[in-house]
Amino acid sequence: MKVSRPTTFAGLLVVGVLTLTACGTDDNGTAAGRSSIDCATGDLKGAGSTFQKNIVSEWIKSYGDACAEASLDYQGIGSGAGIKQLGEGTIDFAGSDSTMKDDEQAAADATCGSAAVHLPVTAGGIAVAYNLPGVKDLQLSPRTLAAIFQGTVTKWDDAAVKADNPTASLPSTAVTAVHRDDSSGTTKVFSSFLAATAGAGWKLGADKELSWPPRVQGAKGSDGVSQAVAAAEGGITYVEQSYVEGSTVLAAAKVQNAGGDYAALSADAVSEALADADTEVKGQDIRVKIDFTAVKGDAYPITAVSYEIVCSKGKDATKSALLKSFLTYAVGDGQDSAEDAGYAPLPGPLSAQVLTVVTALR
Amino acid sequence: MTAPIEAREPTLAGVTGESRARGDRVFFALTGASGAFLVLLIVAIGAFLVAQALPSLRDDSSSFLTTKQFLPEADPPSFGIAVLALGTVLTSIVAMVLAVPVALGVAVFVTQLAPRRLAGLLGGLVDLLAAVPSVVYGLWGVAFLNRHLQGFNAVLHDQLGWIPIFGDTGGRYSKSILLAGIVLAIMVLPIIAALSREVLLQVPTPLVEGALALGATRWEAVRTAVLPPSWPGIVSAIMLGLGRALGETIAVALVLGTTPEITARILGPGGNTIAANIAAKFGEYSSAGRGALIATGLVLFVITFLVNAAARAIVLRSARRRLA
Repeated sequence: MKVSRPTTFAGLLVVGVLTLTACGTDDNGTAAGRSSIDCATGDLKGAGSTFQKNIVSEWIKSYGDACAEASLDYQGIGSGAGIKQLGEGTIDFAGSDSTMKDDEQAAADATCGSAAVHLPVTAGGIAVAYNLPGVKDLQLSPRTLAAIFQGTVTKWDDAAVKADNPTASLPSTAVTAVHRDDSSGTTKVFSSFLAATAGAGWKLGADKELSWPPRVQGAKGSDGVSQAVAAAEGGITYVEQSYVEGSTVLAAAKVQNAGGDYAALSADAVSEALADADTEVKGQDIRVKIDFTAVKGDAYPITAVSYEIVCSKGKDATKSALLKSFLTYAVGDGQDSAEDAGYAPLPGPLSAQVLTVVTALR
Repeated sequence: MTAPIEAREPTLAGVTGESRARGDRVFFALTGASGAFLVLLIVAIGAFLVAQALPSLRDDSSSFLTTKQFLPEADPPSFGIAVLALGTVLTSIVAMVLAVPVALGVAVFVTQLAPRRLAGLLGGLVDLLAAVPSVVYGLWGVAFLNRHLQGFNAVLHDQLGWIPIFGDTGGRYSKSILLAGIVLAIMVLPIIAALSREVLLQVPTPLVEGALALGATRWEAVRTAVLPPSWPGIVSAIMLGLGRALGETIAVALVLGTTPEITARILGPGGNTIAANIAAKFGEYSSAGRGALIATGLVLFVITFLVNAAARAIVLRSARRRLA
């Protein structure tokens, strides 16, 4: 036994504790309009994306520490469920990894009594996590990734993997590819990336659930997939960055971007991909479209943006003031804690854009 | 223990025939109502499940009975019960094959062979095992047993690979069907052992002593005097255990690597179970997906019903055979 598995949990715990205690002192100069928290009062409920849950929880904690009169709550129940609850009026803001569909937008608009708008608040890279003792800096191209996750590459010393890693010595260990068994935004981002970049090599489409081949096995949730890969030598999966950083067994592969470079996953590499992304602004609504086929240089290609969806004009003045105050902190100083929590800070221009909209919220 | 126990004569003196009949009527009404309530409850649950499941089933673009994949929220929805139903039955069979002999061994040892003090200790341990929540078994299975079982699986395949169930799994031994079976076996073991123990305790001691006096060995006494009259009770115990194995959710969701295939190669990951599938997916699904999951729940309902019916048939037949 080389590595004891409980360290995986211990590692996650440590990361959790660190993120909770981090006070965001490292200044990476990406957030605009930094100011100390301008407190508001009242209570606010949000729910949705599990992807952004860790950083939102951190924001809520820091905000709560500074503002004793305010009480905020965020439940990670999944993007779809969050949007649904916003449409039903049971929460004040929804977290989502994807933008709303037309019928969802209509329901949210009706409940808000004004336009419901998307505000990008954080971003993160989806790691390709693998467990191959002795193989460091594994490099994978989209085509090889597609083959692995469609079950056609079954051994690690396959020619396709060798072609991506000319210098590495690869074992003949069997490939144990693991996917999210539950309906997941992470699956959607990962499959969208492969659909855009692997061409005809990827046949499963892009959705929250796919028709996986029998060779690829499923596990429940980010915990489940990272645990499955940590337990099986030769395992590989796609999972949020923080799950790799918290593990002693998993490593994140370098993924080839459209520029042909193998990019390592880091907060900077994700921010760089974001900086090149298209920002669609319609009134107060901001949507970021990452073009997977245009990511180059050091930028990490499998990148996801997460939004808060809020009413542009709230019905309750106290709640609106609190939401405004909270979001001002989140996209401002709150971005400093992104990196420690396993996310990437929004690039300066984007966070300035979002801040302008937040200031105009009523 | 110090209070003297009063011997009381049954006082029937004041009871007239008429009031006794009224008492019986009230008694009948009360117990009958309980029975009727249970029937009503099951019908209501069934009706609810059907009502929830029907819209999703209507939208299913492929055959519900034979489709392997489970994509109820795709466009068009396409999902089926084939993998889930067979996976549920397979993991439970593996669990029963492993658990039943051990559970019966424990029960026989505790009731017939063990010194009294050891028997009490063992019995207590078995009861303790039954009280552990299933998620604990699941976490233990995935975090500990899975690592150690992989090597065993590989050896088993190398040595006995010609047996179909130990066949090639493409070098993947993690989160295997066997692992799920073992975790389930450990979970059902205490149920079967504890209930069988109670059944075996009902066997009159003179019967066993008689067999021994006639020169039977311990094993012969157990085989001829203890097991035959206990058989119906043991079958009931096994069926209760099987019920838990069929319906287990979170432990299986944690330990089994799921694939959309029907496979009996138990050394690797494969298939899925109805309950684990529900546990994994219910949270993120909207109404269409939930309807589909409820439809699978209905199938589990039917499977459990069939298993119970089969068990009753076995018990009845063996009871009749003994009387004949």
